[in-house]
Amino acid sequence: MSAGAENLERLLDGRQVVICAGSGGVGKTTVSAAIAAGMAARGRTVCVLTIDPARRLADSLRMPELGNEECRVDPERLRRAGLGGNGELWAMTLDAKQTFDDIVEREAPDAQTRDTILANPIYRQLSNAVAGSQEFMAMEKLHELHRSGRYDLLVLDTPPTRNALDFLEAPGRLARFVDSRSLQFFRASGRAGFGLVGRGTGALFSVLKRATGVDLLSDLAEFFNAIGDMSEGFRDRAREVEALLRDEQTTFLLVTSPRTAAIADARFFHRKLEEAGMPFGGLIVNRVREAVGAMAGPELERELSVLLDERLARKVLRDLEDRNSLAARDARNIELMRGEITGDTLIAVPELAGDVHDLGGLAALARQLFEPEPQTGAE
Amino acid sequence: MATLLDRRLVFVTGKGGVGKTTVAAALGLAAARAGRRTLVCEVADQERIAAVFGVPAAGFSEVEVEPGLSAFSVNPDDAIEEWLRYQLRSRTLAGLLGSSRVFQYLAAAAPGLAEMVTIGKLWELAQLERKTPSAAPYDLVIVDAPATGHGLALLRAPQTFAEIARVGPIHRQAGIVESFLGDPERTAVVAVALAEEMPVSETIDLERRLRSELGLGLERVLVNAVLPDRLSAADARAVEAVATAGSLAARAALESSLAAHAGARAQGAQLARLRRGVEAQTTTLPHLLTSDVGRDDLERLAGTLERKL
Repeated sequence: MSAGAENLERLLDGRQVVICAGSGGVGKTTVSAAIAAGMAARGRTVCVLTIDPARRLADSLRMPELGNEECRVDPERLRRAGLGGNGELWAMTLDAKQTFDDIVEREAPDAQTRDTILANPIYRQLSNAVAGSQEFMAMEKLHELHRSGRYDLLVLDTPPTRNALDFLEAPGRLARFVDSRSLQFFRASGRAGFGLVGRGTGALFSVLKRATGVDLLSDLAEFFNAIGDMSEGFRDRAREVEALLRDEQTTFLLVTSPRTAAIADARFFHRKLEEAGMPFGGLIVNRVREAVGAMAGPELERELSVLLDERLARKVLRDLEDRNSLAARDARNIELMRGEITGDTLIAVPELAGDVHDLGGLAALARQLFEPEPQTGAE
Repeated sequence: MATLLDRRLVFVTGKGGVGKTTVAAALGLAAARAGRRTLVCEVADQERIAAVFGVPAAGFSEVEVEPGLSAFSVNPDDAIEEWLRYQLRSRTLAGLLGSSRVFQYLAAAAPGLAEMVTIGKLWELAQLERKTPSAAPYDLVIVDAPATGHGLALLRAPQTFAEIARVGPIHRQAGIVESFLGDPERTAVVAVALAEEMPVSETIDLERRLRSELGLGLERVLVNAVLPDRLSAADARAVEAVATAGSLAARAALESSLAAHAGARAQGAQLARLRRGVEAQTTTLPHLLTSDVGRDDLERLAGTLERKL
């Protein structure tokens, strides 16, 4: 399947940021953690930023549930799991709301502005409830850690979104959000008591008022007034995040499954990355079912009927047929992806028995990622 | 099946990758078979539902994919424009406002506006008296909703908006939609899950958050892609006893059968954990071991749903 497979270590050499993207349910979080663990075992100081990891995985890394702080995974436990090396593995769970609050704390010019923002209904919804704020804050945290210079490599596990792309637009959205013109509009309208804001704008404004209600607008005005003095900082940061995403030290890995529906997702994602000018590193196809070295047929059925009884032999054959048809489907889909999307930068990871939920499982996954065995099984 | 299909609006959510779209489509098929005028509606840029039925998607318009069953894809931009049109009762004014910078600022700034108009549109689709001129009514609207977190954000949008627009037209509409969503006679939330650790945990969490954050119950969990367990415990022992005998091929076959058995047992353990963890009833759907989900597979799933719900 992947003889002469891409070497992940070589792919990541010289990179400082790896962003693992893909639709939900493909094992992105565990793959991100295994990449980080694998690179740490190869001497790098690595931090993996994850979002909502499985409890047992988080426990196995001894990651605190909240707090938004990175913490180091005990090197002795890594060594025992076969992930020893002279690097360091750090991990953190992203807390979007906390990250947002931290920015306000840090950037607000004074305590009163800070409190106004934190209590503003628009802000509360924005930082808490709204789809997209996680993506937004993941980028923010990534940028912060990158600037700290503490790590050789940051691995970001992106939030699962249907089209896997919201986070690409996060910096731009932030910039639009605090766009000076929208800011001026709402600040002006706030000060003018929603009346005297220039003729053309005034007419539009009254329509807007009809459509939305007046207090929504006054909350917006309050919010923009309060955040106005911070907007320069926001815009600068949005530009820096954008630059970081396009930097040659950054790479995007697309994590996907071999299922048919995932091909369309992968194709779509790859195209979007190219359109956005983001550096695509490769495709990781996770949980691939490999063919068993046997085909159902009369000869095998005879042999099994001797070993077992006929009834049981038939059951075993049906299990075998299921397995091989799934493996054939996976192999076909991988070839499709290789042909259409990635060329050689595709790493197929065989399905491991059971969920990956401890360091031993991560070590096994890391081995598959970094030292893939060329497949030898019969067709 | 009566209870679920007698609602007007059914949200199908669950962790990413569990097969929501397929299950929503099969549920739609089952509902249409049961005589309901049914619409299956997705909330995303990618138009997948129509394709599942082998019909080209038609953007922001309802497409009949077979008698009694239609498909539709809500995209926020179109929904916002339609909402403005209705709101201002003037196409000209709506066009003016919709294309103005000011409104774009608002849309970018007002958190959750896209979710609000989306759920407003879903509500509209589920009304027997449609606001859309000359639109046909549906008995049942099935929503192929976004994955858990974003799905919750969608359901929460009316609440969010009722809070940030404390009075005025948006507040009023948000209230109407919210009470429709909160009425268990008319609205239900169904979770699709897999019998694996993460999806099970997320489903348990979903039910808890639905209740605590939105005061909604979870109607049912549909556990998708459950593998057959062909071996009894005694069978497995018999297979194990000869697992190292025979030819290479026989050994590989025996091993794959034992692996299938172990996989099915692991699923069984997760299923038991799910059943302990949620109050909602659970229903299992078989793994479609055939390759790609085709029309036959949908029929099979719909048949299972008809039988089991």
